[in-house]
Amino acid sequence: MIIVLVKKLGAISLFGLRVTGRMGVFLAMTLTYAITPPLKFSRVLQQIRFIGFQSTLVIFLTGAFTGLVLGFQGFYTLNRFGSTALLGPMVALALIKELGPVLSALMVTGRAGSAMTAEIGIMRITEQIDALKLMGLNPFRYLVVPRLLACIICLPLLSSIFNVVGIFGGYIIGVRVLGVGEGNYFEEMANYVEMKDILIGIYKSLSFGVLITWVCCYKGYYTEYGAEGVSKATTQAVVLSSVLILVWDYFMTSMLF
Amino acid sequence: MIKVEDLHKSFNGLEVLRGASFHVAKGELLALIGRSGYGKSVLLKHVPGLIRPDRGRVQVDGKDLGTLKGAELEKMRSRFGFVFQNGALFDSLTIFDNVAFPLKEKTNLSGTEIRKRVLSILDEVGLSGAENKYPAQISGGMVRRAALARSLVRNPEIMLFDEPTTGLDPIIGHAILNLIGSCHQRFEFTGILVTHEIPRAFEVVQKVAMLHEGKILMVASPQGILSSTDPIVHQFITGSIEGPIQYH
Repeated sequence: MIIVLVKKLGAISLFGLRVTGRMGVFLAMTLTYAITPPLKFSRVLQQIRFIGFQSTLVIFLTGAFTGLVLGFQGFYTLNRFGSTALLGPMVALALIKELGPVLSALMVTGRAGSAMTAEIGIMRITEQIDALKLMGLNPFRYLVVPRLLACIICLPLLSSIFNVVGIFGGYIIGVRVLGVGEGNYFEEMANYVEMKDILIGIYKSLSFGVLITWVCCYKGYYTEYGAEGVSKATTQAVVLSSVLILVWDYFMTSMLF
Repeated sequence: MIKVEDLHKSFNGLEVLRGASFHVAKGELLALIGRSGYGKSVLLKHVPGLIRPDRGRVQVDGKDLGTLKGAELEKMRSRFGFVFQNGALFDSLTIFDNVAFPLKEKTNLSGTEIRKRVLSILDEVGLSGAENKYPAQISGGMVRRAALARSLVRNPEIMLFDEPTTGLDPIIGHAILNLIGSCHQRFEFTGILVTHEIPRAFEVVQKVAMLHEGKILMVASPQGILSSTDPIVHQFITGSIEGPIQYH
């Protein structure tokens, strides 16, 4: 009984090590190809359009509603302590340091990350990746690096849009609906929000960009056969990316504070 | 030109190749035959290095593919053309863009020159007029023709065909084999054709190799294979149920 248990534990550990090693090699190869020429600029632009531009609406909507909710919650919480004048900085700091980068990364994972896994996965099972190799093209350069660069460029921008829209959402509820002074909302924000806070948000967005591409492309590249394989890979990619975003956010927050 | 030596390959403990060896001379087209699901495609994919062997090696012009890496391997692979079983066309591109793709990515040809070459090769494989269609909008036979055109457009020295007639009706299958034969004469490539089209495929090849139980059982001329007295080859060629090959 104990021997069987130890054997199973050993097998699970070996499997975990193998997957971690393979993911590590995948990331190392992607980063190496990303910093060595040639670079497919047209492919990067295509991906910026897909990952960045086409995600703007969903980022706008989630940013707006997050800001509206923060306006309400922030106002009623601060009202208990008689400090509703601090609503602006509260909304801004919550968005810039945490909610903006994390929620926009989760939205991009759901919208673009899943598509990355599915597209690369289908290319894998229909031998399109092998066809690329036989044309003398490197699939990492052609499929993964453009997505990585697009994600690194787009995530901070999308997160910034999320923040700005969210701050205006908080403004509508706080100032227009609940009567916080307009001057208070923005002036206090300018007093409390520092450059360091904005940089923390940008660093987080950049690292989430790498994380999303890494997990989603890896899952697509090593997908199992058949439609079920692609479906499984897509689900795993979204779940793993989302969990890793939250875990990595915790580590970054604890390191950067 | 292509030398396959003592290839061994296992997947999850299942031995697929157990020391397969053969060679293909320059300009020669070899048919690789054998039972379904017994490693012909696996063997073919070892040739351009898409699969790495557990043991043994593949040499092209004396260069061991197993020792090539990075840019050297990419350069070697660009000498190959490969027609996959299902075509492996890029489904988000039109037939024209699929065929133009390797030229756009790997050459410095102008747009006009690429267009001229693509239209010419599409005409050669009988796909004139279908250039603006997507792979999902054309028949299986047309997909194989488009895949052949995409491979031939770069004038590769070596062409590999992985069951290019599977799933096609006998007439279209025959037409595809004739097309392969005429392209072989016109482009003078060296090639390997994995096929079950016996004896039709024998009209277009110079040599036939039979894979059996992970090894090359016999390499001979098409006529030599057809007249072979080896009981395994004979049973396979005639498709007889009785004989040394046991069907499960």
